[in-house]
Amino acid sequence: MTLWLLVRRSLRQHLLSTVVTALSLALAGGLLMSVWVVKRQARATFTGQTGAWDAVLGARGAKLQLVLNALFHLEASAGNVPFADYQLVASNRAVALAIPIAVGDNYLGYRIVGTLTNLFTDAEAAPGRRFRLRDGGRWFEDGYREAVVGSFVAQRLGLKPGDTFKPYHGLNFNPKEQHDDEYVVTGVLEPSNTPADRVLWIPLAGLQNMSGHAAATATDVSAVLVKLRSPLAGQQLDLLYNKQGDRLTLAWPLGAVLAQLFDKMGWFDQVLELVACLVALVAAGSVLASIYNSLSARRRDLAILRALGARRVTVFASIVLEAASVAALGMVLAWGFYAVILMAVAAVIRAQTGVVLDPWAWDPVLILAPLALVALGALAGVLPAFKAYGNPVAENLAPQS
Amino acid sequence: MALLEIENLLKTYRTPDGRRLTVVDVPKFQLEAGEQVALSGPSGTGKTTFLNLIAGILTADSGQVRLDGRDLSALSEPERDRQRASVVGYIFQTFNLLQGFTCLENVLLGMSFGPGVDHGRARGLLERVGLGDRLDYFPRQLSTGQQQRVAVARALANRPKLVLADEPTGNLDPGHASQAMDLIRGLCSEQGSALLLVSHDPSVLGRFARCESLARLNRATRMEGEP
Repeated sequence: MTLWLLVRRSLRQHLLSTVVTALSLALAGGLLMSVWVVKRQARATFTGQTGAWDAVLGARGAKLQLVLNALFHLEASAGNVPFADYQLVASNRAVALAIPIAVGDNYLGYRIVGTLTNLFTDAEAAPGRRFRLRDGGRWFEDGYREAVVGSFVAQRLGLKPGDTFKPYHGLNFNPKEQHDDEYVVTGVLEPSNTPADRVLWIPLAGLQNMSGHAAATATDVSAVLVKLRSPLAGQQLDLLYNKQGDRLTLAWPLGAVLAQLFDKMGWFDQVLELVACLVALVAAGSVLASIYNSLSARRRDLAILRALGARRVTVFASIVLEAASVAALGMVLAWGFYAVILMAVAAVIRAQTGVVLDPWAWDPVLILAPLALVALGALAGVLPAFKAYGNPVAENLAPQS
Repeated sequence: MALLEIENLLKTYRTPDGRRLTVVDVPKFQLEAGEQVALSGPSGTGKTTFLNLIAGILTADSGQVRLDGRDLSALSEPERDRQRASVVGYIFQTFNLLQGFTCLENVLLGMSFGPGVDHGRARGLLERVGLGDRLDYFPRQLSTGQQQRVAVARALANRPKLVLADEPTGNLDPGHASQAMDLIRGLCSEQGSALLLVSHDPSVLGRFARCESLARLNRATRMEGEP
């Protein structure tokens, strides 16, 4: 009771420095947890998006670019794949399913992807989950100027079945590059929390034959999404396309290809972690400084406590507990910072990639980081506690006669 | 056996120029249980140092302070702290109340380092000193006389065997000083606590049957030629 009373009153007496120090620790804690969770969730979620497919076949080029283009609808296409190559891989006995996609147009900045309806009917949006349409919609029909719109695009652009739009040429929006072709929205996808939500889907032939597109490549596709019958089939195709062939690239296995992305971004994670750790150290330093500086004003109070019979260790413990309490208060606020930061980051990642992070998902770091920072705060209290421990009693009581 | 026995008590300080200055040099002093004694002496006679040595706040260079049968010089610092919390009540000239704590909390804190917290007794003591309606007041919200009464309640909270009072009326006007002395002596008598009070106020010293001159008791302050 005594220790808590001492700590509570001391914190109240130095309310401003308590709040400022707790806030700086909260920011450090929030940053640490956010960096860690975003890194872990992003890796897991991005990798999970590929689960419905085993490989991507595309023009000769970088595998990572191919995967980002075909599965995440980011980056430009490395080139085209002749339709005959699509037919060849689709007919390969090692392949369970092959779906071609074509890119090259956008609508108000959102990518338009041409494909076949069996992308929605035969393939999965994510492992164990099928694409579903919202009530009142239907899949587009190949050969018609119809479109199925991802949920995110529909929400942002206010598109619904029956609405029409005219695509723009290129992957980036340029108002001067509008095509004449007009498409009718036939359905809106239920949110799949995948990059498919950020896309306007039209028939493959529609994109290939869009007014203004080159007639010579009208039958080419941008990439082929491939579902294999077995892992061994991947080795067989890898040999065929990557080692023996020199025209096309097979991105396989997708997990390993995507790992390259995170390896490339590894330095960025490290910078963020370093910044968070530095903020934590600075915050711990501010705990130390604020308590250390307050000791000058509290020397008499400490001497009075000792004169009343408080032992040195009691005084020492009260200072360490005070530092830990400031840190604990900061950590309560840190969860708030974490939620705000993660919701903002999740919104940005969703808008840019369609990948959805869950700010409320459990992660051990949500307990471990606060515990570590409370321990760091307590550690920061040790130096001032030693100063208080050695505070001479008689000298700091009333002036001697 | 006396409650307090002092023999050849010596305390020196090192001055900034490196010399040793003797502040307390008391060959012998005794105080019986329940006895009330006043020590007189002007500033500079080592009054506070003498009381701090008895309380165990300071340690002597040599000599003995036996309090309640225990030689303070033989005790470790934590043992002296415990002894001080349970056997000694200290009333300071400047009261030394903790400004961030209420009246009640000041008294409870005094108890918490001793035998234990007793809310009922703490409230009862504050009522006894006339502050029953000021339990949640902070010291700065009280008059000087009221602060002094809180300090008295805190000093007596643990039913100490010895109450040390260092110029307890030094900051009070004569009217309040008289009331404060009645209160301190009355409470000590009620509890059976011995009282050792130092003051230079003749009106305070005149109330005590036994009053000694610290200037005579403490050889360190005797002028050349004094007996």
